[in-house]
Amino acid sequence: MKHSVRLRGLKALAAAVALAAGSLAQAADTIKVGVLHSLSGTMAISETTLKDTVLMLIEEQNKKGGLLGKKLEAVVVDPASNWPLFAEKAEQLLVKDKVDVVFGCWTSVSRKSVLPVFEKHNGLLFYPVQYEGEESSRNVFYTGAAPNQQAIPAVDYLMNEVGVQRWVLAGTDYVYPRTTNKILEAYLKSKGVKQEDIMINYTPFGHSDWQSIVASIKRFGSAGKKTAVVSTINGDANVPFYKELANQKISAEDIPVVAFSVGEEELSGIDTKPLVGHLAAWNYFQSIETPANAEFIKKWHAFTKNPKRVTNDPMEAHVIGFNMWVKAVEKAKTTDVDKVIDAIIGIEVPNLTGGMAKMLPNHHITKPVFIGEVRADGQFDIVWQTDGLVPGDAWSDYLPGSKDIEADWVTLKCGNYNTKTKQCSGQNYE
Amino acid sequence: MPASIQLICRLSLLLLLAIPIAAQAQSDDLFVERLELLTANNFKQKEQAVAGLLNLRHPNTKAVLQALLDGRLYYERASKRVVIRAAEDAFSVADAVTLTPIPDASEDAFSRITTNNQLRKNLRGAIAAFELDSPDARVRLTAVREMLRSLDEDTVALLRERVEQERDDEVRAAMTSGIALFDLDNEDAGVRLAAVERLRGSLNSDVYNRLRALIERDDDGNPVEPDPEVRAVAIDVVNGIETRRAFYGSLETLFFGLSLGSVLVLAAIGLAITFGVMGVINMAHGELIMLGAYTTYVMQLLLPDHIGAAVLLAIPAAFIVSGATGVLIERGIVRFLYGRPLETLLATFGVSLVLQQLVRDIFTANNRPVETPAWMAGSLQINEVFSITLNRAYVVIFTLLVFGLLLALLSKTTLGLKVRAVAQNRNMARAMGVRTEWVDAMTFGLGAGIAGVAGVALSQLTNVGPNLGQQYIIDSFMVVVFGGVGNLWGTLIGGMSLGVVNKLLEPYAGAVLAKIFVLVALILFIQRRPRGLFPQKGRAAEA
Repeated sequence: MKHSVRLRGLKALAAAVALAAGSLAQAADTIKVGVLHSLSGTMAISETTLKDTVLMLIEEQNKKGGLLGKKLEAVVVDPASNWPLFAEKAEQLLVKDKVDVVFGCWTSVSRKSVLPVFEKHNGLLFYPVQYEGEESSRNVFYTGAAPNQQAIPAVDYLMNEVGVQRWVLAGTDYVYPRTTNKILEAYLKSKGVKQEDIMINYTPFGHSDWQSIVASIKRFGSAGKKTAVVSTINGDANVPFYKELANQKISAEDIPVVAFSVGEEELSGIDTKPLVGHLAAWNYFQSIETPANAEFIKKWHAFTKNPKRVTNDPMEAHVIGFNMWVKAVEKAKTTDVDKVIDAIIGIEVPNLTGGMAKMLPNHHITKPVFIGEVRADGQFDIVWQTDGLVPGDAWSDYLPGSKDIEADWVTLKCGNYNTKTKQCSGQNYE
Repeated sequence: MPASIQLICRLSLLLLLAIPIAAQAQSDDLFVERLELLTANNFKQKEQAVAGLLNLRHPNTKAVLQALLDGRLYYERASKRVVIRAAEDAFSVADAVTLTPIPDASEDAFSRITTNNQLRKNLRGAIAAFELDSPDARVRLTAVREMLRSLDEDTVALLRERVEQERDDEVRAAMTSGIALFDLDNEDAGVRLAAVERLRGSLNSDVYNRLRALIERDDDGNPVEPDPEVRAVAIDVVNGIETRRAFYGSLETLFFGLSLGSVLVLAAIGLAITFGVMGVINMAHGELIMLGAYTTYVMQLLLPDHIGAAVLLAIPAAFIVSGATGVLIERGIVRFLYGRPLETLLATFGVSLVLQQLVRDIFTANNRPVETPAWMAGSLQINEVFSITLNRAYVVIFTLLVFGLLLALLSKTTLGLKVRAVAQNRNMARAMGVRTEWVDAMTFGLGAGIAGVAGVALSQLTNVGPNLGQQYIIDSFMVVVFGGVGNLWGTLIGGMSLGVVNKLLEPYAGAVLAKIFVLVALILFIQRRPRGLFPQKGRAAEA
């Protein structure tokens, strides 16, 4: 009797071990996709949406039968808006979980933090957010806009279509606004704008007392020349900023504000009355009517089970990046990082707003640029768009330091090749 | 661009000066044709279409333009028929030409005709010309102001005609200043001189810019204004305007400083009690403010139709919520740690993290939208260069009220007496029969409750999110230490002066540097006077 009990116990144990081994074997048979987005902390507001987007794309791909006959498996980690933790979590994804590709990061500082990790372990990162440029790593694909795909076209629109002559460059005090404003300042001066017609202002993260800054913008804008604000103000500081503009009775018709960090997601759930008529420049807007976009919005609502969830530009960037990676893997017939990096150059996938996005040798993509005016319902009316697609430029042509630098991972095999000295400075963090 | 504005204004003018509309009524066909142009996917064409519509003098023009401005003008994609949408909620549309309702219109078949800033500005100008006849002086004033944004010969001609009949002083003043502005370009030096004289004392920035341009020299070094007499008067007028602008500019800075200061005082005043009177370093103070702000949000959720009342009701509600939380913190944690400041600091810091996470779990990590009631939005326009934003003004008044009440509570009531007694000498107070434990809990609750009330005010100025409190905790300690621990007046004066100094520095140093300067100055000050502006005197200070 006793004997049989023990025997039965042993059998159960053996079965459990077999089961565990079975699931292990199955695990080895999947393609692992790392998701490196903050799910807590200050950036959670923006990044959680991107995590959901990647999960939706993976689910969809699996419904289509997976990739190379294998299922995709998401490995989600939470770097908690903590920049050093981003590097740790990236290391964990690449070394411990051995993921084949990572979709992640939002802020430039988090990208800079994981860059050496990806280069050291030869990982593969798709970065979906508009950024300041001045970078091209062999291991990173930049599916968001470079400055020439967002900031420069926006300034062109204001200058040529609206007739703006005086410029306020207002930003949050960190790397993206400072670099972007440096590029814009150089660009404006190259167009003949005088120093006295440019006002530059930086504020800390989460700034809430905008009274005197808005008052000085008002004074700056009352000099008789058409004035616009180019805003790289990031995060929730935008809400009190626009509120103060409305309180001091500055309307978009007098001094329009064009923002690079305010999209549908940021506008959802806030009182949009003070923002109506102000502008945003993006490569995607939810309100653009194309069949592909309508289908994407429908799928997103179904996936999140929330018919009010909005879509936004970085989400589209992930869609494009994911589809490009899938195509590259299919072309290379492997998920091997080196082979995918070679295969992905030149691959084209459709944008949600029409046209094809193409991966360029500098690891940036081609994008259309749209200018939208905020509507009362938090969506945008498109008032302008570029004629064709704009190829992303990693190194700005308007900064003295980066004018001569080129990124080309096909012929030059270099992310920062100096055309004057004919030298490649190598990877960013070698 | 200016050409198109001019065109519109000229046309709208023609429309107004025209012989009665019915006599000249054009065929609806042409109206339909011009309406169709509005459906173009190009704003330049739309501007032309609007100008064309004004030209036609069709009786529906104003209704169509108003609908276009409000975003209520649609067109049927299949037939390009333009329709006016009645209400925002239900999709019911009427034909733009006949104004007859179209039954069973499905929203999917129609597209909205979009506008951009330039087009809206033009539309406002065009519609303003219709409204010069309005019986309401305010409407007329807005109409004149809209027209002044784009002055030309025809607009001025219209203004000249209207200014005679205008009864309202303000409207007439706006009209004459517009005409004078236009007369600055007159060939006759006498007319120019009269115009400059008429603009004396005006604070309008267009006037200032024009006069400034008048007294400058052009590229060849010749004065822009050839007549020396006119130039002399213009220089005099500009100087006068500049003095007044500078005066109102400093008044504005002072107001900004006081409003920032009152936010600091409001955030710090609860701390002045818990830290100042009781000596407890409460790192969860910021989170008690945050709870108050969330209470406002919840009140607005409960009373969605009475946003203003919800804000007012939130004041007592936030006092109770934060106050009760404060009592819980005191009874549960702080009372075991009296006399051990480091442990209190760590424990309350832990509490602050717990409260933040609690709020994140209940309300998500996203900021919550707290609406501003209509009576708090906008600004009080004193004159053209100086206005007071209402929400800030209310916060200043509110701060002074809270401060006054608190002062009265501490000096006039029994509770206040006991609080002061315990703060001065705990053992003696106990010997006199004061239940010191109860007083401790009440004092802490009072400080916490005031923090909650501060949260209600802050919800109108800043984002309501889990991190709201963290932004204010350092500033609060700064104010209390600067003002002098244990002294409410010190907190008031300390907070206000920090606010004003910050705003004085900001235009020169920028927001980031101004704050750093203030911090450095504060450190130096504390070095010299470690007990702050108003140190406590007497034996209590030694305890």
